[in-house]
Amino acid sequence: MGNVIGIGASPKRKEDQRFLTGRGNYVSDIKRPGMTAGVFVRSPHGHAILRGIDKSAALASPGVIAVLTGEDAAADKLGSLPCGWGISDAKGVPMKEPPFPMLAQGKVRFVGDMVAFVVAETPAQASAAAELLTVDYEVLPSVVGVLEAVRPGAPQLFDDVPNNLCCDWELGDKAAVETAFRKAAHVAKLSLVNNRLIGNPMEPRAAIAEYEPGTDRFTLWTTSQFPHVVRFLMGALVLNIPQHKLRVVAPDVGGGFGVKQFHYGEEAVITWAAKRVMRPIKWVASRSEGYVSDRHGRDHVTEAELALDETGKFLAFRVNTLANMGGYLSTFGPNIPTNLYGPLLGGVYTTPAIYCNVKVVFTNTVPVDAYRGAGRPEATFVLERIVDVAASEMGIDRVEIRRRNMIPKEAYPYQTPVLVQYDSGDPMGCLDGALVAADVKNFGIRKAESARRGKFRGLGYSTYVEACGLAPSRFAGRLGARGGLYESATVRVHPTGQVTVMIGTHNHGQGHETTFAQIVSEKLGVAFDNVDIVFGDTDRVQFGMGTYGSRSLVVGGAALSKATDKVVAKGKKIAAHLLEAAEMDIQFEAGKFSVAGTDRMKTFEEIAGAAYVPHDYPLEVLEPGLEEQAYYDPVNFTYPGGCHIAEVEVDPETGTVTLVNYTAVDDVGTVINPMIVEGQLHGGIVQGVGQALYENAVYDEGSGQLLSGSLMDYCMPRADHMPMMNISTHSTLCTHTPMGVKGCGEVGTIGSPAAVINAVVDALSHLGVTHVDMPATPNRIWRLLQNASLPVAAE
Amino acid sequence: MQISFTLNGRPTTVDVEPAMLVAELLRERLNLTGTHIGCDTSQCGACVVHLDGLPVKSCTLLAPALDGATLLTIEGLHGAPGSNQLHPMQEAFREHHGLQCGFCTPGMLMTAVALATEKPDLTEVDVRHGLEGNICRCTGYQNIVVSVMAGAAAMNAARGE
Repeated sequence: MGNVIGIGASPKRKEDQRFLTGRGNYVSDIKRPGMTAGVFVRSPHGHAILRGIDKSAALASPGVIAVLTGEDAAADKLGSLPCGWGISDAKGVPMKEPPFPMLAQGKVRFVGDMVAFVVAETPAQASAAAELLTVDYEVLPSVVGVLEAVRPGAPQLFDDVPNNLCCDWELGDKAAVETAFRKAAHVAKLSLVNNRLIGNPMEPRAAIAEYEPGTDRFTLWTTSQFPHVVRFLMGALVLNIPQHKLRVVAPDVGGGFGVKQFHYGEEAVITWAAKRVMRPIKWVASRSEGYVSDRHGRDHVTEAELALDETGKFLAFRVNTLANMGGYLSTFGPNIPTNLYGPLLGGVYTTPAIYCNVKVVFTNTVPVDAYRGAGRPEATFVLERIVDVAASEMGIDRVEIRRRNMIPKEAYPYQTPVLVQYDSGDPMGCLDGALVAADVKNFGIRKAESARRGKFRGLGYSTYVEACGLAPSRFAGRLGARGGLYESATVRVHPTGQVTVMIGTHNHGQGHETTFAQIVSEKLGVAFDNVDIVFGDTDRVQFGMGTYGSRSLVVGGAALSKATDKVVAKGKKIAAHLLEAAEMDIQFEAGKFSVAGTDRMKTFEEIAGAAYVPHDYPLEVLEPGLEEQAYYDPVNFTYPGGCHIAEVEVDPETGTVTLVNYTAVDDVGTVINPMIVEGQLHGGIVQGVGQALYENAVYDEGSGQLLSGSLMDYCMPRADHMPMMNISTHSTLCTHTPMGVKGCGEVGTIGSPAAVINAVVDALSHLGVTHVDMPATPNRIWRLLQNASLPVAAE
Repeated sequence: MQISFTLNGRPTTVDVEPAMLVAELLRERLNLTGTHIGCDTSQCGACVVHLDGLPVKSCTLLAPALDGATLLTIEGLHGAPGSNQLHPMQEAFREHHGLQCGFCTPGMLMTAVALATEKPDLTEVDVRHGLEGNICRCTGYQNIVVSVMAGAAAMNAARGE
């Protein structure tokens, strides 16, 4: 049935049928017999002492089964939510790592911090009872901004974390940078804010937990990007459940973007509670609840300086950043603004000396962690913005200054001064391609046409590189990772030749069921329709680290590739026996094992059959069956990159920025499915455009209230915000991944914010505007224009 | 209270509480979980269904309002009644990669079919404007817009036959 569909083809996605017909299986769709409903009671205060909780009225409310608080969790000796990374300062002093109780103990530290869990027969009864819980708070002043949090006299979140400083982290050669700055012909300076974002996957988080007393086993269904990691963190470190007694299932998950790659307290509470009440419990977050509990992203305040010689060559780059961690350390929290930020400050340039200091700071806000791109968009934004500032100040064309500093294609592999070594790339090729694709040479005509309509038109560039395919375990371990970052895949060939793959990555929109099937179809010569991909269930999949950091194809695909190689190797042994030939003479091509130079052959199906019906089989030396497993740990990160060009039009009457053209030429290595890659780029770019123009999580200083706490207040990109994007690839092959792939999930989000803001600044540069903070909302632009004493007509 | 309505072509009678929302009725009582709930402020559009042929957000419609009405959900959208055939709009979304995680997809499809029914000669501007009430976080909308245009053209072609 069906054909081989291999690498480079764009078959329609296997996963689409169920989603198009409303037959997806998301956590909130699942019902269990005897299921109860759970509701979390969350702190309405940013910062308060928890003086006591009176459960009595809530417990007496109709349908209520249990009310659990931090005291109950402490009585059961449950662990703190673990942080997966431990960073240190320049002297090797470890970061401050205060406990993160799953239900607050003694104090609440952000609006949304969980104080109790109410279980009742129905969601309505649980909500009604939650309203009756009496919580005695002694409200304290909140601090939400990083600048305010490190000031003397600021409210202190933890008694043993002076000045709210978690870690004073640094990277690079400070002395070499200082020397270079002394010799510089020009120093460009830039202060900027990288705005706080909320990921907003369209499916809100949800969980169902169940305990089976007959087998002493727990099952947790959760909206997670990495079920095996949840099983490990929650089972081993929080709830003390042995791994073999805990099943974690992440079925269809409606988008992640990082928000669902953490172990959340809700998962631990509901699993713990399920045994206490001996009934399955379901919790589904509302969108508003997600706003105050989903981990947020970005939130940096940065001062950057770029030293240049008289020709515009970059001599040194110095970056000082304050990064917001929120009220506690989330799973990857401290890793994001440090290890995923500093090493990317080299960009695609030959800057010889770089120094970066990051003060990682606690505040009374939702914990901050990875959000699509995670650290790399922040690095790209600082660098690509200051390059434009330097070009403008020195009177050098923005493309020309980039060319003068770009790493030439021939210089790869290229060792940067900030740890990472780029294996391959061609930034100049991407730039050249993008200049043509964006029709930059006729920009002047378009700008004049806009001016005739009273609009300011601007063009912005972002030539960027990122590090993805997380991650080489040994390297990550040196940087503070407390776990491995490999991936695993099992290829199970059935007796009839069809294939089921069990893989540790998680598909929540990326099209893995299709892309991975193409790899198997090509490598084993099996029909595309005869390959199914299984993921997201710790009882079905051997192990895995999940999906984040553009790692699924790079690391998981490599494990899959290795496992198929092992299947072929075993198949050759079986074929050698059946064809009475030497193993070294057996060739495998297009699904056929043959003896070189002859027409003697066995099909893949015949070999599979022989493996499971081993009547004529070398049983003395070979086990029956045809199923192989592989783990793959990458030797390096991969470094996708490219050139993005944004073109905007600003309406001086209203301050509205309209994105009118968007061009991207990206190097993502080998493309397995062009249709899916293009879709990933589209989505990634629009998330970056969202950061640049619309999205902003705003807290009220003092009270710690989240002002942008719903889709009414937090502006998500809509269809009519975007023009048709012009996307293409200019690929160099990764030299160390089995298929030459580099990953594509985050590139759009990493490259785009700088391109858009550079275009906005370009549009307003004739008014003396040199920087615009994100998001470039009409309000912000209109105020800038008022201050710039706008000329009567556009130039 | 008891209400009777036509659900995906079939007469349905069900007991509902007066404050029950249509989205809740569909998902919890009738096990039609294709209609999704993505927000609590009527912004996201994952819950769009057709009430008497018009697109509505089922998260803000009370179940008693269904009495005597005709309701179409994603589960009832198909090429030919009783067949497994996809509706031309569903085919277009598959063909043009108009979905990724699939969560917004049922609402997108129901809105798209309504747009194409209301205005057979949809332009790109019409589509982008018409999808204002449906949020997708995965696709950047580009392939959704392409899909809706293609689906609308296919619906037109089918009408002409």
